Amino acid sequence: MKTTQILIAGFGGQGILFSGKFLAYKGLTEELQVSWLPSYGPEMRGGTANCNVILSDTPVGSPIITTPDVLIAMNLPSLQKYVDSVSAGGQIYVDSSLIDAKVERDDVEVFYIPATQLAKDEGIGTLANMVIVGHLLEKHPELSFDGVEAVIEKLVPPKKAALKELNMKALMLGKTYGN
Amino acid sequence: MAERILMKGNEAIAEAAIRAGCRHYFGYPITPQTEIAAYMAKRMPKIGGVFLQAESEIASINMVYGAAAAGMRVMTSSSSPGISLKQEGLSYIAGSDVPALVVNVQRGGPGLGGIQPSQSDYFQATKGGGHGDYRTIVLAPASVQEMASLTIKGFDLADKYLMTAMILADGTIGQMMEPITFEDAEIKTYDKPWALTGTEGKRKHNIVNSLYLKPDELEKKNFERFEKYAEIEKCEAMWEDYMMEDAEICVVAFGIASRVAKNAVAAARSEGIKVGLIRPITLWPFPNKAFEAAENVKAFISVELSMGQMIEDVRLATGCRKPVTLCNRTGGMIPSPDEILEAIRNAGKGV
Repeated sequence: MKTTQILIAGFGGQGILFSGKFLAYKGLTEELQVSWLPSYGPEMRGGTANCNVILSDTPVGSPIITTPDVLIAMNLPSLQKYVDSVSAGGQIYVDSSLIDAKVERDDVEVFYIPATQLAKDEGIGTLANMVIVGHLLEKHPELSFDGVEAVIEKLVPPKKAALKELNMKALMLGKTYGN
Repeated sequence: MAERILMKGNEAIAEAAIRAGCRHYFGYPITPQTEIAAYMAKRMPKIGGVFLQAESEIASINMVYGAAAAGMRVMTSSSSPGISLKQEGLSYIAGSDVPALVVNVQRGGPGLGGIQPSQSDYFQATKGGGHGDYRTIVLAPASVQEMASLTIKGFDLADKYLMTAMILADGTIGQMMEPITFEDAEIKTYDKPWALTGTEGKRKHNIVNSLYLKPDELEKKNFERFEKYAEIEKCEAMWEDYMMEDAEICVVAFGIASRVAKNAVAAARSEGIKVGLIRPITLWPFPNKAFEAAENVKAFISVELSMGQMIEDVRLATGCRKPVTLCNRTGGMIPSPDEILEAIRNAGKGV
């Protein structure tokens, strides 16, 4: 049984829920069982957002993640809050243009991506979330970059067609970062 | 096979309702179920249906009463405090024997409470809520797919038995997205010769009413209604058994609690503990037969997002012959699989 539990956390407006939705749809196109659970509580009003995504080849039990295999941290409070919950052998993706701190654990793999800066430099400042997702798809052994166009196609409404290309650009930035 | 699409639980309810032939939705927004109203607002005008945001929950349930009396498939949805406001209308609907679907996507209470998931309206849903001798069919989905299938089932049961069917969900199942397929579900329709459709001068007029001033007539009506309820208790109970074949410990949980409990049961099994799960799908009628079949179980654990409400029905179903313990969180909190696992281990020590 292969199950990947992904926790994405950051500020409201960083596209936390959208990147989770993207990963859930990605899993769906690969015939996996998936669940997507957003935070909808008072923290949304206070500015932080998080999202639980589970991808599995067997039916998903609880959609609530307590020990993520993958943490995407888009701001410092999120990293501090969830860093210890990541399972041993898991992965942490850090937007290092927004977070100065380093992860002080040696039992997890950590990727520092200056995603917000990379996106800004390309004029797509609001798509740092997708830069990190691009990197995740490249680096996570169970996930893959193949077929992302179809998922973008599905998620971006026709009225905002211009965003398709920009999302692809962001994913590619993340995929190639560090190579 | 039909395409798998991702949908929020709340949206699945709305889409399934439309597919079941519902063309009348009356509601009032409240977190965490507002997506149902939003979906209806978008879709109903396009398919010749009615979406109406009423001035209050009380108004919306009475609009449901009216549309139901006219023979329409009709629904409303709300969350806990809003459902409390609808209780008077629900009692009138019960007293008038008209069909309606009511959705409660529960949040923490009492009072305005919070907006996080809860199951603490169990008593209200299954034991009445409004005044008088009456019952409500209560369906408890545990997945987005079931949000859809039980909505269709709910409309069917409501029409079949001429009463309210309630979907008792919670904030998590309402807000989460999962893959769902809309197979071409068979939608049954029912003749409604009692409905207020206008006589066109061709028949005697129908009356839909819950007022019976002569006590002998009201008693007769109540007796008849309870014969119908007895039939429902006999025929309509639904539940899921999970790893129950050789179980000595049985976890009982519905809705989101059952999802977390399944993780805990699987973990306990890997420790060699003989544990299973009974998941009631109908909360009324409560699936007593599931417990008759579980005669080898030595201890039960009721896992709930409340201070312990379903546990009373578990005790009744087991004839109070077996120990039943409670594993619970409340106020919008959800137990972790580890907390349930610990409860299973503790129950195991006594077996």
